[in-house]
Amino acid sequence: MNQGRSSNSSNPALEVVDLNIVVGGRRILTDASFTLNHTTLTGLIGANGAGKTTLLKTILGLIPHESGTIRSQNFGEHGRPSIGYVPQKINLDPDVPIRTFDLVELGINGRGLRRSITKKERFKRVEEALQSVGMSHLADRRVGLLSGGEQQRAMIAHALVGRPDLLLLDEPLANLDVRAENEVVQLLTSLKATTGLAILLSAHDLNPILEVVDQVIYLAESKLASGPTEEVVTTSSLSALYGHHVEVIRVNGRVVVVPGRDSSSHHDYDQQHPNRNLTRSQP
Amino acid sequence: MIISTLLHDIVAAGFLTNPAVRTAIVVGALSATVSSVVGLFTVVRGQSFAGHALSDIGAAGGSGAALANISPLLGFVAMNLIGALTLEAFQPKRVRGRDLVTGVVLGAILGIAALLLYLDTTLTTSTGTTVSVLFGSLFTLPSNSLPLAIGIGSVSIFTIAWIYRPLLLSSVSPELAQVQGVRVRWISLVFLLALAAAVSLSALLTGAILSTALLIGPPTIATRRTHSIRSALVLSIAIGIGVTLAGILLSYDSVAWTSQGVGWPVSFCIVALLTLVFFLVPRRTHTVGEHLTKDEPRSAPTPPSSSALVSK
Repeated sequence: MNQGRSSNSSNPALEVVDLNIVVGGRRILTDASFTLNHTTLTGLIGANGAGKTTLLKTILGLIPHESGTIRSQNFGEHGRPSIGYVPQKINLDPDVPIRTFDLVELGINGRGLRRSITKKERFKRVEEALQSVGMSHLADRRVGLLSGGEQQRAMIAHALVGRPDLLLLDEPLANLDVRAENEVVQLLTSLKATTGLAILLSAHDLNPILEVVDQVIYLAESKLASGPTEEVVTTSSLSALYGHHVEVIRVNGRVVVVPGRDSSSHHDYDQQHPNRNLTRSQP
Repeated sequence: MIISTLLHDIVAAGFLTNPAVRTAIVVGALSATVSSVVGLFTVVRGQSFAGHALSDIGAAGGSGAALANISPLLGFVAMNLIGALTLEAFQPKRVRGRDLVTGVVLGAILGIAALLLYLDTTLTTSTGTTVSVLFGSLFTLPSNSLPLAIGIGSVSIFTIAWIYRPLLLSSVSPELAQVQGVRVRWISLVFLLALAAAVSLSALLTGAILSTALLIGPPTIATRRTHSIRSALVLSIAIGIGVTLAGILLSYDSVAWTSQGVGWPVSFCIVALLTLVFFLVPRRTHTVGEHLTKDEPRSAPTPPSSSALVSK
C-alpha cells in the first residue's frame, strides 16, 4: 500500500530512544525506549491516566517532549512522518451529513488547500481503504449513524487511506461490545499480515488483545516496559515497573494484575529499571 | 397564458421595476447564499450560539453606524469582526468554556448596543433606527450599499471555498485535523471572520436580531434531508434563496392587503416562511445502526484483499 514501507521494510517503523515527557509540570514518561517493527502488532497497556494518549500524541508530534529521540524512517506525502492515527472517538451527531466515504476521503491531504492527486486516484484509494476494513457497503452511510465498531473501522480506513507506515490507535476497543471488539481485533490482525504495517494500539485491558499482540509496551508510574507479552506481563517485571509488589495471575487464558501483599521487596524492585531489564529480551 | 395570469395575481404591479425591490433582491439573494454556506459549517461545528451571539453583537455596530451617519453594513461588519476576534482571543479549549466566554462577550457588547440605540433615539432626528438595526429594512437600503455587500459576500464565499477541506476535517475532529498538520486555531479564526461577514450581510436583510434565522434555518433543514455535505450545501442555498425571495415578494404584496397601505416587514415574512418550511419538511428518520437487522448477523469485516493494499 505504501511505497515507503515496501522499500524500507527492513528498517523499524519507529524508534524511540530515552524519551522523557513532562506535561504541565507532571512527569508522564522517564527514559523510555522501544522499537516498533513492520508487520508487528503492539499493545500499549496502562491504567487510565497512565499516559498512553500522551505518548501517542507525542509520537504524532502534537505534544512536545522534554528530551529523547523519536525516529521515523519513512515520510509520506508533504514530508510528514507516515503515521496514521485513530482517535478513541469522534463525536459526530447523526444529523451531520458526513458519509463514511467523506470521512475516509478527508484522510488524503485533509490539510491541503489544493488537492495533490486526481479525483479518479482519490476515489480509487478511498475505495481500497474502505474495502480493506470491510466497509464498502456502508460508504454512503452517515458516520453518526454507524455503530461503535463500524465507526472504528471507518476511522481505521481514514487512517489507512493516507498510506501510512505506522498505525496508532487510541483505545480502539473502549465502549465496544464483545462482538465489535473481536471484529476490530481481527481486522487489525489481518491488516498487519496483509500490509506489513506496524500497529500500536493502546488499551487499559490487555485481555482482548492478549492472543494477537506480538509485543506489549506497559506503562505505569511514569515508566515503561516493553517486550514479548510473556516476558513483560509477569509478577517480577510489573512489580519492578510499579515499584511495589503486584501479582500477575493467569486464569483460563486471561491475565489479571492485582496489587500484591508482599511489601518487603519494595526496595529490590525499585533498584531494577524496567526498560534496562526488558530491552534485552526484545526480538 | 395561465402562468402569466397566475404571476399577475401573485406578483403585485411594479415588483421587478421598482429600484428598491431590485436592490433588495440582489442583496437578499447574496446574503442568503453567504448565510447558507457559512451557516452549514456553523451547524456542523456546533457553533450556533457563536453565530447567534455575533448577529446580536452586530446591533452595536448598526446603531453606531446610524449615530455616525455611515452605511449600516460598515457598522455591522466592523463590530462583528471585533466580536469574532474577541471570541477567538478568549476561546478556551473546553466547549462549555466557549459558551461561557461567548455569553460574557455578547452581554458586554449588547450593553454598548443599548447605549448607542438610546443615543440614536435621543440625540438624532432619524426615526425608526432601532427597528431598522434590530429587525432590518431591506426596501430602504441605498443602492450604493450594493458594491460593498457584493465585495463582502464574495470574500466570505471564496474564503470558505479556500479552506473547505481543513475546515471540514477540523469540524469532524480537531484531533484528526491536527494530525494532518491543520492549524486548527487558525482555521477557527478564519471561519469566525467569515461568520462575522455572513451575519453582517444577513443583518441588512432581517436585522441584527433575526439574522441567526437565515444563518441556522436553511442549513438545519438541509442537513435533515441530505446525506452528504455537498448536497446539504446545495439544498441549504436553495432554501435560503427561496425563502428570501419569497419573503421579499410577500412583503411587497402585503402593502396592497390593507387599506392603510402598510406592508409586513421583510424580516417577518422571511422568518415566517423559513419556520413554515422547517415544519413542513419532515426529518428523515434515522436511528444509529438502523441498517443492522436482527435476523442477519452483522457482517464481519472482510479480510483485506492483498490486491487492494499492495504498493502502487
